[in-house]
Amino acid sequence: MFPVSSPPMSAFSATFSDAFTLLASFDHTVAQIVALSLQVSGAAVALGTLIGLPLGACIAVGRFPGKSTLSVLINGMMGLPSVVVGVVVYLFLSRSGPFGGLGMLYSPAAMVVAQTLLVVPLMAAITRQVVEDVWARYAEELQVMRFSWWDSVTTLLHDCRHSLLVAVLAGLGRAMSEVGAVMIVGGNIDGATRVMTTAIALETSKGDLPLAIALGVVLIVIILALNALAYALRHWAMRRFG
Amino acid sequence: MVILPLRIRDLRYRPNGREVLAGVDLELSEDGITLVLGPNGAGKSVLLRTICGLIEPTSGSMAWGSAGGARPQQGVMMVFQHPMMLRMAVLDNVALGLKPLGVAAAERRRRGLEMLARVGLADRAGDSARQLSGGEQQRLALARAWLTKPRLLLLDEPTASLDPSASAAVERIIREIRTDGTRILMVTHNLGQATRLGDDIVFMAGGRVCEHTPVRAFFARPRSDEARLFIQGELPWRMRL
Repeated sequence: MFPVSSPPMSAFSATFSDAFTLLASFDHTVAQIVALSLQVSGAAVALGTLIGLPLGACIAVGRFPGKSTLSVLINGMMGLPSVVVGVVVYLFLSRSGPFGGLGMLYSPAAMVVAQTLLVVPLMAAITRQVVEDVWARYAEELQVMRFSWWDSVTTLLHDCRHSLLVAVLAGLGRAMSEVGAVMIVGGNIDGATRVMTTAIALETSKGDLPLAIALGVVLIVIILALNALAYALRHWAMRRFG
Repeated sequence: MVILPLRIRDLRYRPNGREVLAGVDLELSEDGITLVLGPNGAGKSVLLRTICGLIEPTSGSMAWGSAGGARPQQGVMMVFQHPMMLRMAVLDNVALGLKPLGVAAAERRRRGLEMLARVGLADRAGDSARQLSGGEQQRLALARAWLTKPRLLLLDEPTASLDPSASAAVERIIREIRTDGTRILMVTHNLGQATRLGDDIVFMAGGRVCEHTPVRAFFARPRSDEARLFIQGELPWRMRL
């Protein structure tokens, strides 16, 4: 007869218990990592919004040779492997690379660059689809009013603003959950470039599961909270503006 | 720039080999309201879109003004059956047409409020345009076009889905726009509306203008068989509609 042992379940429970203790005590390490994650991903999504949304709208409204090819390319880049982006950014920012002189490698700025490159195609592709559908309905009237190409882009971006929250949220989700690229260009340096995902990977490999789980819980709560906020905002806007 | 009269000669539009406009000849004078009647698929809406430049004709000519110039950059507006209502306030929607004309934001707002008062929507200025009823949205679309002071206004079935009272309000605004000096070319299926609003009738069938006559003459003595049958409500099979 094999003895029935309870230790694995106890260890499992103890791990979660320790994780929630860390959260409840506002552990300094957890807080620092969460703050840096929000700063890096927030900056990347802000840049992604400034680049990706107008880019997607321009592709939707523009009439130029290669438009279909560009649309397919942008759609394809939505699934760009983050480690590939990490390696490319690493090559550009390393000492021997074209931007090596900036000394950005292993800094939060390098992580922002990598995450921005990851979220721009995603946000642009979603924006292109949303704006293209609206453009199909409004194009004639805007043309009759002699709207310029750029005025049409800005008008449609404004009109689709509530729907485009989806693009921003998708970008935020991708940025915050990404690990490969920031690990390569940030280096996961304690107190400098360690973010939630890289910390979770490291602590799990070290066997410090409570910290990994605590960070995982924070990550999920943040993403759920932002989605709930966006849902509420969109719901309000639909009632207010139709 | 003087853009009327407009002379259209042998205008053809043949996308993918299908003849939608089959040699339209039409002359629009400088004043009045012309109603375009005809069965579905006659090419009425396509003719309006071609006149305002949304569709490039396959062949034919349009001579604008007594000098017979090219299509003007300004002065021609069109209101559609289902007008665009952007997700913004009624005032912002009505003032939208002034933006490409380079009018400053404060001035757009001032003129927009004046125009809303003229079409009876002043009390809705701050509401969302999408919350307006169908009739109010059509009045807003007319106000948006009117605000740009067009010389020629093209209306594509503006009362098609409206109830009689909403249609009457739209007709009142159309008359005011005409009194303000705008030439109007309007597509409708409503024969009663044609008698109330129109000075003359353009009857189209099969991509051609079958007749262009004053309203009373059209209803009293239609010259073509197609027009006579259309008025009687008998659409002929041979027209392949």
